[in-house]
Amino acid sequence: MSQRARIIAARLLQAIPVIIGVVTITFVLTRALPGDPAVYFAGDAADEASIQQVRETLGLDKPLPQQFLIYVGDLVRGDWGDSLSTGQPVLSDLSRRLPASLELTLLALLLSCAIAIPLGVMAATKPGSWRDHLCRVAVTAGVSLPTFFTGILLIYIFYYLLDIAPSPLGRLDFLYIEPERVTGFYLIDTALAGDWETFGGAAKQLVLPAATMAIFTLAPIARMTRASMLQELSSDFIRTARAAGLKRRKVLLGYALRNALLPVVTTLGMVFSFALGANVLVEKVFAWPGIGSYAVDALVASDYAAVQGFVLAMALLFVALNLIIDLLYAVIDPRIGFEGG
Amino acid sequence: MSTAAPQSFVSHVSYVLRQNPVTMIAFAMLGALIICAVFGPSLVPYDPLASSDQILQPPNASHWFGTDHLGRDVFSRVIVATRLDMVISIGAVALSFVAGSILGCIAGYWGGWFDSIISRGLDMIMAFPLFVLAMGIVAALGNTVENVIYATAVINTPFYARVVRAEVNIRRDAGFVQAAKLAGNSDLRVVALHIFPNALPPMMVQVSLNMGWAVLNAAGLSFIGLGVRPPTPEWGIMVAEGANYIISGEWWLAVFPGLWLMLAVFTFNLLGDGLRDMVDPRQRR
Repeated sequence: MSQRARIIAARLLQAIPVIIGVVTITFVLTRALPGDPAVYFAGDAADEASIQQVRETLGLDKPLPQQFLIYVGDLVRGDWGDSLSTGQPVLSDLSRRLPASLELTLLALLLSCAIAIPLGVMAATKPGSWRDHLCRVAVTAGVSLPTFFTGILLIYIFYYLLDIAPSPLGRLDFLYIEPERVTGFYLIDTALAGDWETFGGAAKQLVLPAATMAIFTLAPIARMTRASMLQELSSDFIRTARAAGLKRRKVLLGYALRNALLPVVTTLGMVFSFALGANVLVEKVFAWPGIGSYAVDALVASDYAAVQGFVLAMALLFVALNLIIDLLYAVIDPRIGFEGG
Repeated sequence: MSTAAPQSFVSHVSYVLRQNPVTMIAFAMLGALIICAVFGPSLVPYDPLASSDQILQPPNASHWFGTDHLGRDVFSRVIVATRLDMVISIGAVALSFVAGSILGCIAGYWGGWFDSIISRGLDMIMAFPLFVLAMGIVAALGNTVENVIYATAVINTPFYARVVRAEVNIRRDAGFVQAAKLAGNSDLRVVALHIFPNALPPMMVQVSLNMGWAVLNAAGLSFIGLGVRPPTPEWGIMVAEGANYIISGEWWLAVFPGLWLMLAVFTFNLLGDGLRDMVDPRQRR
């Protein structure tokens, strides 16, 4: 087995205890409901007998370790409980709404990287200059802006004042017909169907929420790019490349940036934590039909199974994203896997 | 030595402040926030809860930030809310500071099993997107302000615990620690009085960087309807209420509390950067 494959396998194994930890915490949260969980799940109108019945069906009368095993068994079988407000199984609700959230979050992160990395490079080439200070103040302001406030501000400016954005209600204006579901990502589905008019409509709806999230996640990426660019630019091989008379552009982008990007990829993990949290608020502001707004509605309705399913789904998503980042790192880092062959 | 050290620290601080006017502005803004939090309720021109017949007035001379849908003065509400938002975030940060210090000291000083269990436990918390975990905790414990504070404290604790653990760990076999032990100090005393104070400077930086995050977090939770309930003035709720009026053009309801919230977070973030420059110039980025 090559060294690279071994590293990837080891990283995959590392995810298992993390998943166990995540499931344990969500289990503790389901049992931490104030008072008696059975009373909650039975609903307001329940009498003694039906509460007892709920307690037995939920297995709450059994010892905790056994409850935990039952809980894990249910999760694995895909039984995440039923949502009180929609009446559907939580898992199917979540999987139906997940593409909307993912489309928004991933697009926002792409946008954020496309702005933050050039900003960081610009700041690093002239440290201490007014551009550097401006960059620092701008990204700090970005991360200080509460996402829900940025969203509302953008709606006011671009929808109310300038009237160039579509109404901030969901993924698609009612003028368009929802594309046939292939991946659940509207941009991909409409492109597959060749329906460019609807593609444009979906893209227009995405711009404001994606920009809102991107502004919030600029700071960590830009800062990390700047710091690691500074480090690379002061290293020997850059000095050599410069002394050899290579073009400035080639030295900056071909040599320094390529190496500087590795630590940036690692910070993406933290950025994802930011983004998934911000996602909830942005979805609420833009009435985006993703899992974030689902959870907010469930919270308001005290729909605990749905909230807990959401927390677990987000955590698993986060674990998966971190895993992908680390695997990506192992793949792009040229130092890994040379000697093992 | 004992007289020279404070002298040079003061001159160092004033040097950093002069070099970095942004940090000086941040300190001034912090002062203003503290004044609002302490004296706010007695300074404001109107009762933040009293409704009047002047509803949805745009900003004018008598209502600087306008009035809301019940005729309440937005300026008064924004200023009075400072105290509640500060109490929530300071409470949460203080709790995570204490919890993080204790856990970090145990893990860093005694190591072994304690370290493994504590570190894995903290990793479990960090495996969640933190805002989402806070939502889950508030939903599970019940929708109250105290639980918002606890939830914010829980998601911040790993950051403090990690800083303390690292600082304690590198000093646990240092010369001064062994000297203190030989002089007959108990382990607990050595950790608490000899090692832990060394972790305080990086902890202060962490506190300042974290405060901004705690304010955002608390406001975010109340924006989605957790914790503080209307009609209590609180920035997150005010933005949420104002959001309903933004598409009909009444911008002042959401914009002013949002700006204030942003200013508070901005202050703490700049302060954190400045403090880091003072405490550890090498870390400057």
